[in-house]
Amino acid sequence: MNPEQGIVLDYALKGGDFDTAGEASSKIKRILQQIGVRSDVIRRIAISSYEAEMNVIIHAYSGVLKASIYPDRTELVIADEGPGIADIDLAMQEGYSTAPDHIREMGFGAGMGLPNMVRCSDEFSINSVAGEGTKISILIRHS
Amino acid sequence: MSEYFHSVRLTPERCKGCVNCIKRCPTEAIRIRGGKAKITEARCIDCGECIRRCANRAKTAVTDSLDDLKDYKYNVALPAPALYSQFSADVPANVVLCALMHLGFDEVFEVALGAEIVSDATVEYLKRRDAKKPAISSACPAVVRLVQVKFPELIDNLIPLEAPVEVAARLVRSTRCRELGIAPEDIGVWFITPCPAKMTAFKQPLGAEKSSVTGAIGISQIYGELLKAVAVVPRDANCQRATARGVGWALSGGETSAAAAGNSMVIDEIHNVSEVLEQVALGKIKVDFIEALACSGGCIGGPLTVENRFVAEHRMHQRLAKMRAEDEAHGAAPAKYHPDSSLTEYDRTIEPRPIMRLDEDIFKAMYKVEQMEKTLNKLPGLDCGSCGSPNCKALAEDIVQGEAVETDCIFKLRERVRDLAQEMVGLAAKLPPSLEEREEN
Ligand code: SF4
Ligand code: SF4
Repeated sequence: MNPEQGIVLDYALKGGDFDTAGEASSKIKRILQQIGVRSDVIRRIAISSYEAEMNVIIHAYSGVLKASIYPDRTELVIADEGPGIADIDLAMQEGYSTAPDHIREMGFGAGMGLPNMVRCSDEFSINSVAGEGTKISILIRHS
Repeated sequence: MSEYFHSVRLTPERCKGCVNCIKRCPTEAIRIRGGKAKITEARCIDCGECIRRCANRAKTAVTDSLDDLKDYKYNVALPAPALYSQFSADVPANVVLCALMHLGFDEVFEVALGAEIVSDATVEYLKRRDAKKPAISSACPAVVRLVQVKFPELIDNLIPLEAPVEVAARLVRSTRCRELGIAPEDIGVWFITPCPAKMTAFKQPLGAEKSSVTGAIGISQIYGELLKAVAVVPRDANCQRATARGVGWALSGGETSAAAAGNSMVIDEIHNVSEVLEQVALGKIKVDFIEALACSGGCIGGPLTVENRFVAEHRMHQRLAKMRAEDEAHGAAPAKYHPDSSLTEYDRTIEPRPIMRLDEDIFKAMYKVEQMEKTLNKLPGLDCGSCGSPNCKALAEDIVQGEAVETDCIFKLRERVRDLAQEMVGLAAKLPPSLEEREEN
């Protein structure tokens, strides 16, 4: 296997489906542990994928979470079909949230999702079109 | 000696090779091979779950016995707070403690006193700015080991304080050596334990370089003799010092209330602990303090206790209510030892012991992950355990590690047999060309 060959994992996410929330992230985490990636790195990957996964479930209608694991890095791409983010700069501020009350009552949507992802990742990019959806790409190096 | 000391062992003659233990082990440490259970030492956290689940009593815990006392000049018993819960609340704590003296100990020193000191130290620790949150209690050794093997990313969250029993042992050992002029090696310090995990912790200390505890004697092992002694000890015997604050540690939630931890969470039973730690690792749980205990109900539910866990819990609540009233009447304050850091601090760091990794070589490990996923897709997903592995995922892992083959799965085997049988029927129907009547044109 050469460094450019990786393991690609695809997970379909469904908006509002709290029953399976966090499952994809747990599976990704298990595989990273089996590969033997450093535990502090695994933690950053797991936290960002979990936040991204929850974002889709809270805000969007549907989406996909794709994790490509290479020996030296992990790339996460999370794309959803949903309302999109009207003002990305605002959304990137800690504590800013558009989550409706019933979601906040469940303990989610504290407005920490995006800032948390940025904090955990080495490279981060976000694209969003209002009314269409959001795509987030995250790269985390293993060393 | 093997790399890891373990208290939990198997008596092969009693093992029937059923799947009860393999399915309950929180770290998937057990396999059935050759009709007998086998524990993979590197994975075992000595939680004792398999002892509880084994109907044939094939799983046991190795502990010390009262016979071992004769090797020492001066013997101290360190009863776990859970010991009190094994007796009705009408039997005063001082009677239980004095009864231990009848068994041959020269002194009884309550672990509950150590718990009071650790409670103070925890309060201080939680105030520290560098304390990593959520701070996870390190009092239950099975939980500490679970973190080492399954959640190495949470090691820094473990509170670097010794468990109450270690603190009590350090205290009594150093003061008695001084006061009585005995050499440290002549003092036997024995923990009266509700669980095998503690035994392992002494033989292979988690934090301290060397434990101050000499050994552990299971509560169930001396219960009979203790009952007899309790009957003859005078009710007004004077053997007790600890207050409800320390004794309350026997129940899950006791540590949290003793440390007056505000934004906290209490979890008991090892599978629940594992599930919650999984969420902590995903960054989902924002609390300051987590009290996690491997046994259901806390130490009163330890595998080496005798009483039913709910009976023990009820008795403990009654006892604590009584004790609180008495503490108040006598103005008894919890032990106010100044949290002397050498008493409570860990002597070394807790190392991770990751068990998930499939190969030292990352490329090989990635290849194995792929093979494993493919194999898993072909397995029926019934998690029946008949193959000797706890579930289909574990079998897939055993297969890529070369420790099992696909046909160990009885469904796969049946499929193979059916395919072979069909092929044989097909072959049997075929005649050699010399006999076969063919339509000639
Ligand atoms: S003691 Fe616990 S970890 Fe060890 S084999 Fe038994 S169930 Fe598994
Ligand atoms: S909860 Fe108590 S009895 Fe059970 S394993 Fe932990 S320390 Fe031992």
